[in-house]
Amino acid sequence: MTTITDPPKQQFRLSMLIYDTRYRSATIQVVALIAFMLLAAWLIDNTARNMMLLGKTINFGFFGEPASYDINQRLLDYTSRDTHLRAALIGLLNTLVVAILGCATATAVGVLVGVLRLSHNWLIARLMTIYVEMFRNVPVLLWIVFIMAIMIETLPAPSAFRGDNATASMLLGDTVALTNRGIYIPEALFSRSLGDIHFFGASSLRFDVSLDLIAFLIVLGAGLWASHRIKRRADRMQEETGNRPTTWYLRVGVVLVPVVILLVALGFHLGYPELKGFNFSGGTHLRNSLIALWLALSLYTAAFIAEIVRAGILAISNGQTEAAAALGLRPGRVMRLVILPQALRVIVPPLISQYLNLTKNSSLAIAVGYMDITGTLGGITMNQTGKELECVLLLMLIYLIISLSISGVMNWYNESVKLKER
Amino acid sequence: MSELTTDRQIDRSKMTVSDEIAVEIINMNKWYGTFHVLRDINLTVNSGERIVIAGPSGSGKSTLIRCINRLEEHQSGKIIVDGTELSSDLKNIDKIRSDVGMCFQHFNLFPHLTILENCTLAPIWVRKTPRKEAIDTAMHFLEKVRIPDQANKYPGQLSGGQQQRVAIARSLCMRPRIMLFDEPTSALDPEMIKEVLDTMIELAEEGMTMLCVTHEMGFARQVANRVIFMDQGQIVEQNEPEEFFNNPKSERTKLFLSQILGH
Repeated sequence: MTTITDPPKQQFRLSMLIYDTRYRSATIQVVALIAFMLLAAWLIDNTARNMMLLGKTINFGFFGEPASYDINQRLLDYTSRDTHLRAALIGLLNTLVVAILGCATATAVGVLVGVLRLSHNWLIARLMTIYVEMFRNVPVLLWIVFIMAIMIETLPAPSAFRGDNATASMLLGDTVALTNRGIYIPEALFSRSLGDIHFFGASSLRFDVSLDLIAFLIVLGAGLWASHRIKRRADRMQEETGNRPTTWYLRVGVVLVPVVILLVALGFHLGYPELKGFNFSGGTHLRNSLIALWLALSLYTAAFIAEIVRAGILAISNGQTEAAAALGLRPGRVMRLVILPQALRVIVPPLISQYLNLTKNSSLAIAVGYMDITGTLGGITMNQTGKELECVLLLMLIYLIISLSISGVMNWYNESVKLKER
Repeated sequence: MSELTTDRQIDRSKMTVSDEIAVEIINMNKWYGTFHVLRDINLTVNSGERIVIAGPSGSGKSTLIRCINRLEEHQSGKIIVDGTELSSDLKNIDKIRSDVGMCFQHFNLFPHLTILENCTLAPIWVRKTPRKEAIDTAMHFLEKVRIPDQANKYPGQLSGGQQQRVAIARSLCMRPRIMLFDEPTSALDPEMIKEVLDTMIELAEEGMTMLCVTHEMGFARQVANRVIFMDQGQIVEQNEPEEFFNNPKSERTKLFLSQILGH
């Protein structure tokens, strides 16, 4: 016969919610969740009440209305009769341009400075230290304004290039003009152009893509692919025979020759800026605002990246260098095969933060009148339409999306260079 | 410290010392800043010799063997390795480093490469060996140190003793004529010390020229043909192991031996 017994049952007391480790964390989470929901509810309720008092509604209809303001630096065509949506798009592209240019320049300068700061050359190492300390210890806003001021104050006005006794002259064989209105550089023109493809008709999101550019990119891509194949073949040769064939001229040639042939076929020539009347025309005009913002953001962020790179290299124990040297590897190879692959895993996570910082700092563009997304959507559009809530929420969402994209890409890269253990 | 490190029979048939000079050090001096670490070192090592360098910490043992492959620079005197004099000449340094293998106290394996890649890196990039051949060589030496099955793992996945044996195999892949050991067992558990020493004994049995900085006096007694005692940057005494341990001449050696063997 079996006896049925109950397992010892512990009486549940209310105090166990706080003192018993089994319930404690759940209790805390429930309390925190309730508090958070209350806070959110209060915020939304408060906003709704105040909006009602002001007689406002949440409404994104203003995007369809004409913007009625000009944007001087733009990648796509735009006039003041275009919509607010179009203006926001132009601003967004301007933000992306300065972010991408900035990240690329900051990385190149930062890595170089970081490595040079560890140089055994006393002078170079000290100069790099001065650079790093100068740039990272002054607010980036001051650097932006400072570089802008230098360009406006020291560069000649376009009128100085004019007349028989001109006080200024163009550089590089009359192709580049440095003026206080910006820098004029030659532009790429095609006399036998393939034309453009138009997307989205006449809507606010319309854009054109040059077929010449597409053809150029396809040919360049094919060349790079062929060059990669040649490299792979050299790798295989090295694996089989130990000797690496010299292939650099082949690799350069296979990229350059088809590109040059295409350019000749399309009738490629440069359009040079020329002084017409009171200003330069033709060529590409890089405005002072873009250059000041780009330079200041890059140089400022590069100072931080340099320190990150230096820390990454120093984090690798000296034993690694010694072991590689003892095996007969030369210093350059030691850096490339042993130190950098290990340093990358230390460098990449803080590097992501620097990219995000640069992207968000680009909103300081407003200080020099560069019309980025903060200047258009978060500035003039917001002031003209009075739709603060919509504009600011949308602005936050846009920066969040850009930042998360950078983060995602870089985290994926970080995963691929991670050290495998256990 | 244990007296006997291994219970295996040692095959001395190939442990022959030839007349050929492997390393010659003449009146070598080295300073760290103003600190005189090595004073008037004179040492001749013949091919096939197994030399153990002992001495208290800070006596310059490690610095001495690190000078031999120019991980440290000496300031005066001469070091001649395999007939090539060590100077600032990059070609000489390259030649000597590819002829001299070295094992470190903390192994210094490359953590981002597999065991096999650790072993093939230098043969491929320095010796220009075809990859297939380099892999075959690496597997041969990994079998010799008895860990061929770990070839595709990463150093972090191995025990300390296994890592040190990989480090030995990695050096051997360059087919060195001389091996330097810088306290190879100091960072290991007693059990692992044995497996590393066994590997080193096998190496000695094949006639490799070896210079070992170690505190394993059992190894010195059984394998070395000469023990060098250093103190304060000088070679105080050198002798055959039997004489060195039973009949030390200087007071300093006696004191050191009594401390290291006393308990």
